[in-house]
Amino acid sequence: MSGPPVAGPELSVRLRKSFAGGERLSFTLDVEFTAAAGFTILFGASGAGKTTVLDCIAGLQRPGAGRIAIGASTLFDSATALNLPPNRRALGYLMQSLALFPHMDVRSNVEYGLNGLGGAERQARVGQVLEAFRIAALAERRPGELSGGERQRVALARTLVTRPQLLLLDEPLTALDAVTKSQIVDDLRVWNREQQIPILYVTHQREEVFALGENVIAMDAGRIVARGSPHEVLRRPQSETVAQLAGFENIFECIFSADHPEQGTMTCRVAGTTLDLEVPLSRVDVSRRLTVGIRAGDILLASAVPQGLSARNVFQGTIGLLEQRDVMVIARVDCGVELEVHITPAAREALQLREGGSVWLVVKTYSCQVLQER
Amino acid sequence: MIGEALGLSLRLSLTVSVILLIIGVPLAYWLAYSRRRWKFFLEAIVSLPIVLPPTVLGFYVLVAIGTQSPVGRWYQALTGQPLAFTFAGLVVGSVLYSLPFAVQPMATSFAAIDRKLMEASALLGASRWRTFWRIVLPLGAPGVITGFVLSFAHTLGEFGVVLMIGGNIPGATRTISILIFDQVEALDYAAANHAALLLLVLCFVLLAALYGLRGRAALSMWGWK
Repeated sequence: MSGPPVAGPELSVRLRKSFAGGERLSFTLDVEFTAAAGFTILFGASGAGKTTVLDCIAGLQRPGAGRIAIGASTLFDSATALNLPPNRRALGYLMQSLALFPHMDVRSNVEYGLNGLGGAERQARVGQVLEAFRIAALAERRPGELSGGERQRVALARTLVTRPQLLLLDEPLTALDAVTKSQIVDDLRVWNREQQIPILYVTHQREEVFALGENVIAMDAGRIVARGSPHEVLRRPQSETVAQLAGFENIFECIFSADHPEQGTMTCRVAGTTLDLEVPLSRVDVSRRLTVGIRAGDILLASAVPQGLSARNVFQGTIGLLEQRDVMVIARVDCGVELEVHITPAAREALQLREGGSVWLVVKTYSCQVLQER
Repeated sequence: MIGEALGLSLRLSLTVSVILLIIGVPLAYWLAYSRRRWKFFLEAIVSLPIVLPPTVLGFYVLVAIGTQSPVGRWYQALTGQPLAFTFAGLVVGSVLYSLPFAVQPMATSFAAIDRKLMEASALLGASRWRTFWRIVLPLGAPGVITGFVLSFAHTLGEFGVVLMIGGNIPGATRTISILIFDQVEALDYAAANHAALLLLVLCFVLLAALYGLRGRAALSMWGWK
C-alpha cells in the first residue's frame, strides 16, 4: 500500500513451529510477514494457526525457529537464543476470553499495567483511557457486572493504557452486534491515530475483513496463502480454502477445454457434466483441471430467455428448492449441476418463482473466479 | 485440668496451622503449576499422612527426632532441650500429619484459576511475584482459608501422633484428646463426656464458620453482592 506515512515501528515476524502428534495431527506453522502501523488482518479458518502466531509474538508459546522483532527491539531470535518473557515484551494482547481480573473493579483492572508509574501520572492516564473508550461511568464496577461490549472496552483500555508498541487482537469483537462492534473499532482507530502502532487483528469472519482491513494476510493450515487488500484477497482468492471463507457458495471442479485469447476468456467444462462455463482467461496448462468459484449473490435469474446480454454464461435450469432465510431467498437450481442462487423476496415475487419451475441463469464471465489450480 | 489441656490443644493447633500456611502456600503453588515429571512423587508424599496410621507416622517421627538421631541432637545442641516428648516435638509431628489438609485445598483452588488471567497479568508487565500476590493469592483465597482452618481443626482433633511423640505430660504434651483417653481409662465417664462435648462443639462451630464465610467470600469475589 502507498497509504499514509508510516510512523511507528514495524512488526516483522518469521517463525516456524511444529506440533507433534499422530501422523494426522502433526501440524507445522511456517509464516513470514511484516505489519506496519494500522490494522493488519490475519484471516483464516479456525485451526489455521492464527492464534498460535499471536501467542508466539506475545511470548506465550515458543517458536521452534525464527525471529520476531518490533522495529529495532528483538523479542525472539532462535539464532541468538533470545526469548523475552511476556512481561518484558511491552505489547498488548487482547485474548479471546479477554481475561479481565474478576476480583478487581474496572479502575483497578485498567491500572494494573501501570505499576511502575507515579500516582498522578497513573491517574491521568487511566482517566484519559476511560474517557477515550467511554467507560468512565463504569469505573467502580466489577467485570461480572458488565455487558459484553463493556467488557471488550475495558479489556482494550487495560491493554492500551500501557502504551504498547504493538496490539494483538484475537477475535475480540466476534461475539458483538454490528453497531457495538463498529463503535469500538472507531474508538480504536481514533486512539491509534496518535499512537501509530501495528494492530494485528485475527478473525475468521469476512465481514470483519472488509470492515477493518487495509492489509489482509490469509492463512491456511499453518501457512500464508495470500496477502493484499481485502479486495485482492477475498474477491480474487488464490486458494480454495480462502474462497470458501470468502463466501463462494458454488465451487466446481472443471476441465479446461478451449481458450479464446482474443476474447480474454476460456471455456471449461464442469467435471462429470456437459455444462460449459466461460471464465476469465488465466494461465492454465491445457488439459489441466481447475476450480471455479461463483458467489450465489452474483447469479442473475430470468423467467424467459434473456436477450442482448454481455454475459457469456446463460443456462436453463429447474428450481429444486426455494427457501427464505431472513431477508434472503435461497434457490437451488439444477442445470446439470446444482447452483445456489441468492435473491431477494421481491425478485421471487416478480419472477413468480416456485419449486419445480423452469428458470434461466445468467453468470458474467468475471463472476466466475478461477481458483487455485489442481 | 480441662482448661490446661484445651489451652495446650489450641496453642498447638494455632502454631501448626500458621506454620502450614507459611510452607503450604508455596508448596501448593508449586504442585498446582509445576510441569516437572517427578511432581507425582511429592504429591504422594504430601498425601501420605491421610492413609498412614497415625502410629506409623508418629513412630518414625519419634525415631527421627529422638536424642539418638542427628535432628534430635542438633536441636538439643541448639536449644538445650530435647525434641521428643516436648511441645516443639508435637509441633513437628503435627505439621507433617496435617500437611495434606492444608496443601490439598490450596493446590486445588490455585489449579482452578484460569491460566489466561495469569498470562494477562504477565502481558501487562507483571512479574511472577506480582502476579502471585495480585492474582493467584486473592483468587485462591477460599482454598487458602479452607486449608488454614482444616489444618487447625485436624490438629485439634489428633490423637495417635501426639501420643506417640509427646506422651502424656500435663501442660507440655497432654492435649485435650489425650485427656479424654486418660479419663476413659480411669473410668471417669462424666469428665470424659465434658471434655469430649467441648471438643465436638468447638470443631462444629469452626467448620460451620468456615463454610459460611467461604460461601460469602466466593460470592463477593465474583462481583455479586
